Amino acid sequence: MGHTQEPHDHDHQAVPSDLTLRVKALESLLVEKGLVDRAALDAVVDTYETKIGPRNGARVVARAWVDPAYRKRLLTDASAAIAELGYVGGQGEDMVVLENGPKVHNLVVCTLCSCYPWPILGLPPVWYKSAPYRSRAVIDPRGVLREFGVELGDDVEVRVWDSTAEVRYLVLPERPAGSEHMTEDQLAVLVTRDSMVGVGKVSLAAVSGGPS
Amino acid sequence: MSAPDPASGTERLSALPRLPRDEGGPVFAEPWQAQAFALAVKLSEAGHFTWTEWAAALAGELKAAADRGEPDDGSHYYDHWVAALERLVAAKGLTDPAALLERKEAWADAYRHTPHGKPIELRPNPAAPPSGV
Repeated sequence: MGHTQEPHDHDHQAVPSDLTLRVKALESLLVEKGLVDRAALDAVVDTYETKIGPRNGARVVARAWVDPAYRKRLLTDASAAIAELGYVGGQGEDMVVLENGPKVHNLVVCTLCSCYPWPILGLPPVWYKSAPYRSRAVIDPRGVLREFGVELGDDVEVRVWDSTAEVRYLVLPERPAGSEHMTEDQLAVLVTRDSMVGVGKVSLAAVSGGPS
Repeated sequence: MSAPDPASGTERLSALPRLPRDEGGPVFAEPWQAQAFALAVKLSEAGHFTWTEWAAALAGELKAAADRGEPDDGSHYYDHWVAALERLVAAKGLTDPAALLERKEAWADAYRHTPHGKPIELRPNPAAPPSGV
């Protein structure tokens, strides 16, 4: 939905699917009447986008970390490599995987709207859809990254990638130091949504369920 | 909300016919599905209909689809979810089909007339005189 009908270079926005419009109609009418609270709706959606969405992408990243041959396939033909793990769908757009390293940091945005690799990252977070992120990610990527808690040295090149209806990007974050002994399953738990959009790094401290 | 909810989240979900989900909860393919899901949950929590009524409405849509001979593979589950929501909010007098249709057209119009990079917003004065918009 969303961007299937028209390419980005038109001077107006693509009209989304009939179902999207019907849900927008329901939501806007019921919110206006005070029958349901928009913030409460957003909270439900947000719960699912953070809890459920990014797990598929995390599996892709973990596999790439432990399997050099898979990593190579992922970087050369991401759509096919992702499909190997059973993750297909979306609107037929191409996936491109961008590898972060000590000297390169990739950041993904959709300046025009909120194109996002749903099949592997779930629903886009609210901030990704916000006007400030969409405009500032291009103008001041280091400033945006700093707000997300990512400090990059001057010797690190920042590359900003603007998603379109035809191409969606996934960042392959750096495997954290000290994780050499970990299994693929353990690594997948470490991988955050933000790290796959490029606004975060993966750290061992992120292990969920741990005592600290 | 401090009023005890007779059905916890998990129980409510398990009351639904074949909700696509994994161990973490419902699974959505596209944003509108999550939004429609949230609408049903929150309208029910606010007391506009019971979860039992909701499950019955959804089951009715699913059965109607099966009776029409549509494939029962879950691929259109949330299509039926939206249809059930539209019917139930109309049956409860929360809104009516004409208002929904009019609003849907207003959104489509807003997309057609909003330049790229600008947030989609309903125009204050749609072509037709506003009635309940």
